[in-house]
Amino acid sequence: MSATSTGDDLRAAALAVAPALLAVDPKALGGVLLKGPAGPVRDRFIATLTAALPAGSPVLPVPCHVGPGRLIGEIDTTATLAAGRLIHDPGLFVRAGRGLLVLRSAERLEPSAAALVALALDEPGEGFGIVACDESLADEDGPARCLAERLALHLDLTGLDESAIPATEPEVVAAARDRLARVTVADAAVVRLAAAASALGVRSDRALLHCVRAARILAALARRMTVSDADAETAAILVLAPRATRLPQAAADPAEAEDPPPPPPESEADNPSDPPPGDPAVAEDRVLDATVAALPPDLLAALSAGKPPARGRSPAGRSRDTGAASARGRQIGTRAGDPRRGRLDLLASVRSAVPWQRLRGAPPSGARLSLRPADLRLKRLKNRKGATTIFCVDASGSTALERLAEAKGAVEQILADCYVRRDEVALVAFRGQEATLIVPPTRSLQRARACLQALPGGGGTPLAEGIAAACRLGVDTARRGRTPTLVLITDGRPNIGFGGIAGRDRAAEDATTAAREVAAHHLRALVIDSSARPEPRARALADTMGALYLALPHADSASLHRAVQAGSAALAAGVKP
Amino acid sequence: MAEPFPFTAIVGQSEMKQALLVAAVDPRIGGVLITGDRGTGKSTAVRGLAAILPPLRVVADCPYRCGPGDSPECCPHCSSATTRTLGTGPVPVVDLPLGATEDRVVGALDIEEALVHGRKRFEPGLLARANRGFLYVDEVNLLEDHLVDLLLDVAASGENIVEREGLSVRHPARFVLIGSGNPEEGELRPQLLDRFGLSVEVTSPDDIDLRVEAVKRRESFDRDANAFHATWAREQQRLARRIAAARKRLEAIEVTDMMRRAIAGLCIKLGTDGLRGELTLIRAARALAALEGDTTIAANHLRQAAPLALRHRLRRNPMDEAGSRIRVERALAEAWAA
Repeated sequence: MSATSTGDDLRAAALAVAPALLAVDPKALGGVLLKGPAGPVRDRFIATLTAALPAGSPVLPVPCHVGPGRLIGEIDTTATLAAGRLIHDPGLFVRAGRGLLVLRSAERLEPSAAALVALALDEPGEGFGIVACDESLADEDGPARCLAERLALHLDLTGLDESAIPATEPEVVAAARDRLARVTVADAAVVRLAAAASALGVRSDRALLHCVRAARILAALARRMTVSDADAETAAILVLAPRATRLPQAAADPAEAEDPPPPPPESEADNPSDPPPGDPAVAEDRVLDATVAALPPDLLAALSAGKPPARGRSPAGRSRDTGAASARGRQIGTRAGDPRRGRLDLLASVRSAVPWQRLRGAPPSGARLSLRPADLRLKRLKNRKGATTIFCVDASGSTALERLAEAKGAVEQILADCYVRRDEVALVAFRGQEATLIVPPTRSLQRARACLQALPGGGGTPLAEGIAAACRLGVDTARRGRTPTLVLITDGRPNIGFGGIAGRDRAAEDATTAAREVAAHHLRALVIDSSARPEPRARALADTMGALYLALPHADSASLHRAVQAGSAALAAGVKP
Repeated sequence: MAEPFPFTAIVGQSEMKQALLVAAVDPRIGGVLITGDRGTGKSTAVRGLAAILPPLRVVADCPYRCGPGDSPECCPHCSSATTRTLGTGPVPVVDLPLGATEDRVVGALDIEEALVHGRKRFEPGLLARANRGFLYVDEVNLLEDHLVDLLLDVAASGENIVEREGLSVRHPARFVLIGSGNPEEGELRPQLLDRFGLSVEVTSPDDIDLRVEAVKRRESFDRDANAFHATWAREQQRLARRIAAARKRLEAIEVTDMMRRAIAGLCIKLGTDGLRGELTLIRAARALAALEGDTTIAANHLRQAAPLALRHRLRRNPMDEAGSRIRVERALAEAWAA
């Protein structure tokens, strides 16, 4: 397909200029989000960018566990104790000056740190830019949205090699930096970019502003005093394309194509087929066409399928802390440690130092107490653990369609409950050959509802895949520091095994294997038998899982809801069937 | 810190600006919740608000910005001070970032004082800094539960009580809570939702001209902030005078019994819980009347205030997506037809 190769070319050209673009004025663009694994391409990008910055610009790497104090400045406790006088650490924001902060694995950055970086980027005036490296995989959370939104460039380096990023000439970048303030952008160009943003469903005015700024910088790099169409195109490819949430109407809506075409306007017959260059309407199309052509392939696929592009999950309740060693929450005790790795509990530290005072002799001048780093105690904090109910619903043909409607109804009702309790809900459905995560863990009713409504029914019963998918999600949820509960709604009569292989015996065997996996992870589970008569196989499956079993012939969504509530109460109380 | 983008130069978003102005005229209104898309100028508007508000009369050096009318025992600073000299200070707009530690929010033991001088002193947190001003929580719907609990407590009492680490401190923390967020990324806890006096929904303008104008203004602000401020100075002053005048006029605004009945009828019709909706609606309508230089609340004030004050209070089927704004407007139309 020729359009694809053009798109690749456009993307490649845009990527090649990105380091120079950013180096001219990192603060104006916020920075760049680099998606892809660590490796030579990413290193090359950062090195190229660094080389193009003014000499001596700081480029500071920031680890994902950076604390607020390290960013905004704090007292260096250990140095203070050693010196016997107060020693401040100005923090990375000050030390970054007009350079760059490189967030390694930005997707694992503490939400508090991400929020502080976002605030710092909002500060007017001169400041630093951000290089945020995103190593998240397809089904993982990306960087915090408040941060990603403020970075103009979103680049995907996956699968590229080093040659994708040519060297930049520092003199050209320096000249562009000098010229930038005098580069103007015509209103018409801004209108074109705004039209492209609207057509692509880019709602943020910040993104549009970033795009205009990028276009000006590109003009400065090309030694132009005004923004050209090519500058606008490249800027749109770099800034708008990765943020697209829809395809322009004409291309996105096949129904529209079937509509009787509107009568051609009179003027069209008069105009030559090649309108003169410089016509605003044509130029607008050019910017938009170039951007659409350069949409990343996966994004294009998602948009054509009518799905909103997968964004990172909400950071709500997101925590990689496994229980006790949380960075936030209420204090549950103390432990010895470095105060830069946690929150100092000063009273406990003093308490631990007091018994040693006589042995240590006189404290440093001016101090009343001789404290040593070994005395320092950190707070142990505990975050309240949230619950996540994972529904695993049989949406196959054997489950009558009204059953599916009931299950949907029950999920909706339970969602409303969870909304009050701040619990999360997720929904895995299985039908045909495979299991699909229909509703990723969410507290958002709106989102869950939209996902639920789109759930179709019919096809085979790949029970094993369903259980396995729910189990994986359960394990992942537990890793996020939440308590998962699996609720499996099925009639227990699978006919598709792992890998979409048909056959009842094989399917039943695989379902048992998947159920054992649930038991092995000690996941709380509830099996709701939705067959018309209690089905021994569903009961056996529940036993294998170590799950509570509920036979629910002729359930409506309300009784299903009550059953799940009763079932989870029993599970919480540790009752076994 | 450099001057923020002028409030009056924000393009469009008139409902959001109006809600913020209402809260600025009557801080007792209980804060504003702004929901909607990212990058729509929510934080720009909130940060620009302080510049158009009359400066506060404050006790000099008081970290809690106590006012001349506050009792001498109001906070740790004023209760230990021998004399109170007055000065003026800007209205604070404080950001409460997501994931902030409890220490930073409520305040904590001053480590510097403790380490160097062996003295136990309280280091005020964000709640103290926000006293008599605005506390802005971006993505309030994603705020962690323990911070929400804390905010609910302080917002209800207007006072921050710290009992920890051997500290026993209480200080005033009366602020207008401004929250923003996108409900599609997580729902707000009902208790917190109820705290907000007003709510508005913002969307990016689909109008190309508005978007272009927004970008152009921002560009010229970035290029030369001083010149930009000079251009907008008159507009800013005019709005500042309007707010100051509205504040003076506020208490004198009359509410007729007929108007009270109409408001009660509207709230009953919409089935809002409790009296909070009604009270907020009266306050908001009064503030709007004051802003517009009127002496009584009229139907048009109510029409503008009702969606702001009631939209988020409708008892709803949580699954009901029908716009609550539309329901408020429908009820308004019916109330007036009857």
